[in-house]
Amino acid sequence: MVEKFTEHVAEHGANAHQAAEHVANAAEHAAHAAEHGSGGGADFVMHHLLAHPVIKLPTVFGIDLTITNHILMMWIVSAILILAFWWSFRKKKLVPTGLANALEATVEYLRDDLILPNMGHHGMIYAPYLLTAFFFILLCNLMGLVPGAATATGNIGVTGALALLTMAMGQIAGIRAHGVIGNFKHLIPGGLPIFIIPIMIPVEIVSLMAKHIALAIRLFANMIAGHITILAIMSLIFMFKSWLVAPAPLLIIVFSAMLEILIAFIQAYVFTILSAVFIGAAMASEH
Amino acid sequence: MEAQAMAYLAGGIGAAGVTFAAAFGISKLASAAMQGIARQPEATGEIRGAMIITAAMIEGVALLSAAICFLLSVK
Repeated sequence: MVEKFTEHVAEHGANAHQAAEHVANAAEHAAHAAEHGSGGGADFVMHHLLAHPVIKLPTVFGIDLTITNHILMMWIVSAILILAFWWSFRKKKLVPTGLANALEATVEYLRDDLILPNMGHHGMIYAPYLLTAFFFILLCNLMGLVPGAATATGNIGVTGALALLTMAMGQIAGIRAHGVIGNFKHLIPGGLPIFIIPIMIPVEIVSLMAKHIALAIRLFANMIAGHITILAIMSLIFMFKSWLVAPAPLLIIVFSAMLEILIAFIQAYVFTILSAVFIGAAMASEH
Repeated sequence: MEAQAMAYLAGGIGAAGVTFAAAFGISKLASAAMQGIARQPEATGEIRGAMIITAAMIEGVALLSAAICFLLSVK
């Protein structure tokens, strides 16, 4: 047992010396091992979740230009999307075939079930943004399940930027619909007594921020949570240090991966529908 | 060591609370939606859309707390 433990510590590459010194004291070792094991597991999980640089670039004006694997994944996803849409619709046909069929069905479903009910016919000019966001997020989520790839949407910076775009779109929609002053007036619900308005202005501004921050965190946390679940179950195999344990975690991982595919679709859908609701609310006229 | 143990404990208890609260919220929402659909099958699409939006709101808060629990047990 002691030998096994020493091996374990040596394998993890930390405190091998200390372990050798303390070989006599088995109880202390057990405690040490427990601590070490969990710390190693957390590091392993964090290493998998955080972005790591692919191409190192210098920092310009305080902005780090390093290309991380998440940025690379976003480029790949964009390239796939551009190629897929260009290739499917390169010839205008009345009846689409193959991939064009699937893409057209998805776009029509989103238009009829998601954009029109929430934004109305005036909102159709924002449909391209919503559809782009949907396909981009969907493909980013799905690419995260490909071995060797990374989940770009599992990065708070990426989801934050997407939420910021939605917020900008909402403000643009509001300004287009009501004018600059009308847009600010629109923040406050109508029919309030005059003395409540100074209190309502900060409340409404915070509410606007909170809605979009929640939008970013929801997508980020969902994608991260799935990966943590799979990694935690996978590390059970390494904790038990036996091949015999492997089938059980593997079964659960297969199940989790299936769930992840479902969540990839649901989260892309939820992000798009919430964006549509927010933009629709910004341009809705009060009566 | 003591402080770390307390942080792990806090993360675990927090995760349990989050799961409980989120499950309670989602279950109430789903049961109401099911009843609505059973009474008015023609409104299925609208009810489902509203249900997904509300479920996403509940889930957003729950995941925010879950992220805090995760940070407690990692940092």
